[in-house]
Amino acid sequence: MLSQITLPARLENLRQCLEFITDYAEKQGFCPKRISQIELAAEEILVNVFNYAYPETEGEVKVIVGSERGSRMFIRFEDTGVGFDPLSAAAPDLNSDISERSIGGLGIFLARKFMDQIHYCREKDRNILTLVAEPKAESEISL
Amino acid sequence: MELNARKEGDALVVSVKGRIDAITAPDFEKYLTEQADKSGKSLVVNMKELYYISSAGLRAVLGAAKKLKEKQGDMMLAEVQETVREVFEIAGFSTFLKIFDTEKSALEQI
Repeated sequence: MLSQITLPARLENLRQCLEFITDYAEKQGFCPKRISQIELAAEEILVNVFNYAYPETEGEVKVIVGSERGSRMFIRFEDTGVGFDPLSAAAPDLNSDISERSIGGLGIFLARKFMDQIHYCREKDRNILTLVAEPKAESEISL
Repeated sequence: MELNARKEGDALVVSVKGRIDAITAPDFEKYLTEQADKSGKSLVVNMKELYYISSAGLRAVLGAAKKLKEKQGDMMLAEVQETVREVFEIAGFSTFLKIFDTEKSALEQI
C-alpha cells in the first residue's frame, strides 16, 4: 500500500510532512523509538529540500511512503529543484573540541546512521531520495 | 516547545519540554544564549521532558555552548531521554558536553 502527500517545499510544512510519515510508521507497527529515528532522518532530508532545492523559486516536495514485503518501510522524497546529491556531502567532524567543532553534514550523517538504506538519484528534472527502515525491535538498536 | 529557567546557587537550570526541530531550534538557541549571557557561568539544561531533537537542535546546543565557553562557562545536560541521548552520542557531542543522569549530580560538579 502506497500513500503520498505533496506540499509546498517550505519549513512551515515540516510538521505536516513528518506527521504523515510517522502516522504511517505507527500503522505499520513500528515501535516508538524506531518511529523517532525515522522522523529524525525524514526531517534532515526535508530541511535540505526546503533550504536548497528552490533557491530562486517556489516549489513542491512529494513524499511517498510504502512498505515492502509487509515489513520494512520506505520513504521517497521527490522535488523538481536544483540537482543535488546530499549523500555526496563530506562526513561531519565528530572529534574536534568545542571551539573548532562545526556542524556541517551532521543531518545526513544522522539519517545514514538511523536508516538501513539511503539512496539518491536524479531522474529527468527530479531529485529522488529514498530512505529504507527495517522495523527493528528496540533492544536491537544500539550505537 | 516550552522553556523555563531558574537559579540554583551559582548555576542556572534551563528546562526544555517537547521537541527541538528545525522549527523550534532558533528559539531554543536564542533563549539559551540569553540565559548564558545572564548567568555567565554554568548552565544546566534539563532535558527530562524533551522527546525529540534533530541536527537543527544540535546546532543550537553547540552555538550556545560555544558562547558560554568564551566566557569560561560550562554547559551540562541532565536527565536526557534515551532517544535524545543517542542522537547526542552518535553526533559525537558527548566528547565536549557533559551529560548527567540527574540534575543534582550536574549541579554538584559546579
